[in-house]
Amino acid sequence: MASGDDRERLKDSRREQALFTRRAVLAGVGVTGLMGLLGGRMLQLQVAGHERYSTLSHANRMRLVPVPPNRGLIHDRNGLILAENQPNFQLLVTPEQVPDLSATLDGLRSIIPVSERELERFHALLRRSRRFEAVPLKVRMHEDETAAFAVHRHRFPGVDVEARLTRHYPHGPHAVHAVGYVGRLNERDVRRLDQSRYAGTSHTGKTGAELQFEDLLHGHAGLQRVETNALGRVIRPLERVSPDPGQDVYLTIDSRLQRVAEDALEDFAGSIVAIDVRNGDVLALASKPLYDPNLFVNGVDAETYRSLQTDPDKPLFNRALRGQYPPGSTIKPFIGLAGLDHGTVEPRDRVFCPGHYSLPGISHRWRCWRRQGHGHMNFIDAMAQSCDVYYYDLAYRLGIDRLHAFLARFGFGSRPGLGMPGELAGILPSRDWKRAARGEAWFHGETIITGIGQGYFLTTPLQLAQATAILANRGKGVPPRLIRAIHDNGSLETRELGVEPLQELVSVRDRALWDHIFASLEETVHGRRGTARGIAENLGYRMAGKTGTAQVFSLAPDQEYDEDEIERRLRDHALFNGFAPLDNPRVAVAVVVENGGSGGAVAAPMARKVLDAYMDLYGKAEA
Amino acid sequence: MPNSKLSFTQRHLHLDGTLLVALLLLSGVGLITLYSATNQSLGDMQRQFMRLGLAFAVMLVVAQVPPLTLRRWAPWVFLASLGMLVLVLFFGTTGKGAQRWLDVGLFRFQPAELMKLAIPLMIAWYLSDRHLPPRLPHVIVAAILIALPTGLIVLQPDLGTALLVGAAGFFVLFLAGLRWRVMLTVIGGVAALAPVFWFFVMHEYQKQRVLTLFNPERDPLGAGYHIIQSTIAIGSGGIYGKGWLNGTQSHLDFLPERHTDFIFAVFSEEFGLTGVALLLGLYLFIIGRGLYIAANAQDNFGRLVAGSVALTFFVYVFVNIGMVSGILPVVGLPLPLISYGGTSMVTLLAAFGILMSIHTHRKLWAS
Repeated sequence: MASGDDRERLKDSRREQALFTRRAVLAGVGVTGLMGLLGGRMLQLQVAGHERYSTLSHANRMRLVPVPPNRGLIHDRNGLILAENQPNFQLLVTPEQVPDLSATLDGLRSIIPVSERELERFHALLRRSRRFEAVPLKVRMHEDETAAFAVHRHRFPGVDVEARLTRHYPHGPHAVHAVGYVGRLNERDVRRLDQSRYAGTSHTGKTGAELQFEDLLHGHAGLQRVETNALGRVIRPLERVSPDPGQDVYLTIDSRLQRVAEDALEDFAGSIVAIDVRNGDVLALASKPLYDPNLFVNGVDAETYRSLQTDPDKPLFNRALRGQYPPGSTIKPFIGLAGLDHGTVEPRDRVFCPGHYSLPGISHRWRCWRRQGHGHMNFIDAMAQSCDVYYYDLAYRLGIDRLHAFLARFGFGSRPGLGMPGELAGILPSRDWKRAARGEAWFHGETIITGIGQGYFLTTPLQLAQATAILANRGKGVPPRLIRAIHDNGSLETRELGVEPLQELVSVRDRALWDHIFASLEETVHGRRGTARGIAENLGYRMAGKTGTAQVFSLAPDQEYDEDEIERRLRDHALFNGFAPLDNPRVAVAVVVENGGSGGAVAAPMARKVLDAYMDLYGKAEA
Repeated sequence: MPNSKLSFTQRHLHLDGTLLVALLLLSGVGLITLYSATNQSLGDMQRQFMRLGLAFAVMLVVAQVPPLTLRRWAPWVFLASLGMLVLVLFFGTTGKGAQRWLDVGLFRFQPAELMKLAIPLMIAWYLSDRHLPPRLPHVIVAAILIALPTGLIVLQPDLGTALLVGAAGFFVLFLAGLRWRVMLTVIGGVAALAPVFWFFVMHEYQKQRVLTLFNPERDPLGAGYHIIQSTIAIGSGGIYGKGWLNGTQSHLDFLPERHTDFIFAVFSEEFGLTGVALLLGLYLFIIGRGLYIAANAQDNFGRLVAGSVALTFFVYVFVNIGMVSGILPVVGLPLPLISYGGTSMVTLLAAFGILMSIHTHRKLWAS
């Protein structure tokens, strides 16, 4: 029994072992089969799909990044650098790659000092930035700060320090309205500009020469293939197509003359423009007050921007191109020439000035600036003493149509053609203009005040300087220009731009008529009773000039005029235009001083400073 | 009594030399791959080396325990593990969104790991006392014994470990001769219950993983990112691989968890299909050796435990590689002896210790 039991158990055990072995073999087969499945999957991925996955892995790791070109420099006409590129270290944040922006900013602030202003500016830039664009948190990193960040860099994905070239204006506010500034690209710029050329570029010209010559200055972006990790951080550069650097630009501006003009304006708001009459070179394009363009390069903080915006003197306003002022008496040389050309007046004809002018049948009296009157005035006297009555009469007898046609040839009422964006045309009134702008017919009285550059008449300082240059050239002229030469940073060649030949813009029936104008303008400065006689003292050369005083608001006919009682802002604008040297004119200048009061006392001395400087710099060498 | 068929290591150290060499070889491959996956971190290497040392020591110790002792302890170890699993639900500390750890003052302890060892011992203990194949009532008891700890681990939630524990128990049943029609019925039942699981049991992230498996592109930067990047890594390796330390996917941070659960992608990228074939061969060899040991065991308990250990090891390999290569959903299981990390490695080698104990404590007859 026991042995039978044993045998039974042994039999059982054998059967169980056989069962187990069957199952184990089955499991082994299953394992092998599933291993084969894995192997098949590997074949599928590593052999069949290899090419595709290789490409994907390549694409993962390789990235084409644009290499922005170095922006061309801006020089004045003598090679002085007005705008340059400075290398500096910037702390850049790419928001899309930062897991938690506020924690990252807090973390960064714990190792690097970041001021409230920088933070505020960063947030302002962030709102305007493009996707995956690195936004600077700190623009100028100190060496210690760069080192401090390097130690903690691994803690901040999406944050990097990069050496970049930043636009820098070494002379700060000097010539700011001519040079302009660059700023960060905004959405509008991105739409406007050629994407491939601006790939990788963060800045573009916003105003002034920086905007006007953007095409030359910018260059063409290059490309670089880089290896990156999953966070987009560049591990190492591979191959590269170098960018074409931008071209350097030589402006026509003479920094020395520009500075004299800026200084001459003192604390007044106003503008001085000086033009080389022989080739249209704009030697000075001053507008005051100035501001520092460096503020705008990496985004100006809100507070500074607000103060610039709300400043009553509007420093950001480019008065030379966009300031539109009544020309006042500075228009008289042009109107005088129109009168002579049309035979409306003869140089010797005399007009009696009783201090006012009236038309038969009209009760209105147009007052001369000299209330007691000038008495009998011939052409030269009327110019030198700026007799209003003489010009009321002249304008009236010429009529607005002839006046308009003649003045238009000097460029009044149209853009001077400097090419800088934002140039304004002023207003040269005419019947057509009034009908279009006001929907009204022209009145005689409006012709009369046009004769002294008041009423609807508006001109910009650049326009006035250009007209004066044409006058100085006895009717010949070229459009003003701001660029003199281009230096190609690729070929390293400097190319002088050809000067356009002078065009006969204004022709008069007798060339001798110009002499009368020249003589009358000489008398204005050098004459005993000239309105600008104050600047003739110790003048080492002969010059021509005309003062102007433009009313900011109109006085009732019998109201007393008292400067002290009138707030400064309501004071007249002081103007002056002129050229030198008299016998062989080379430079024309226009001065507008807002609320300056008197053209003779305020604007004329400023013009003289600029002309003196010009004669010092150029007069002797070329005479 | 000891027979000359037992080798020196088997007789004196109770270690199976063949299996030991294979395991050491695998560990070596693991260290080499890890060196690359951690961007040549010697610190990580050192820590992994220490863990391996500890794990092999544990294996050596466990191998000394005779199978009879293991069998006697089996129910107590199981009950203790089960008790701790219950404790962990209430007092466990949380890590990575799951409650897995029991703080025992000096160290933290994962009862689920112990359960990996306890479950095959327990089921084998229960079944080996009875006639095989088990009758239905015994199958039901065994199924409950498996379901209890598995369910508790699912609740933590730790799907990967639950899978291993459930599988280890199931393999014992399977090897014991579980009838096919019972198996088919259970499979049918599970299939019927799947929707219930989907809607009432599974966590949102687990559902995401399953959905992601079928279409990784649905969320290429989120849930699908792992799979997309790891298949790119594997595929770009090609036949010969990019070479050791030259995997761009892994070294440029595209591959997440590259030194833990996704280390297979690093291996495949750098060593290619050639390396993969050798690695799969090595795994197959170890599993085969395990099954061989099981087949040669002297009693049902030894057979069932040894077979279960070998097949559970395969589940590790299959689930991990299947997940990394994108044919299984993402379940957090390491690649055995290659992935960085300690706890599961100690358990794994302890299980191999049991296997070796079963093999080296045989009483052989000359016949």
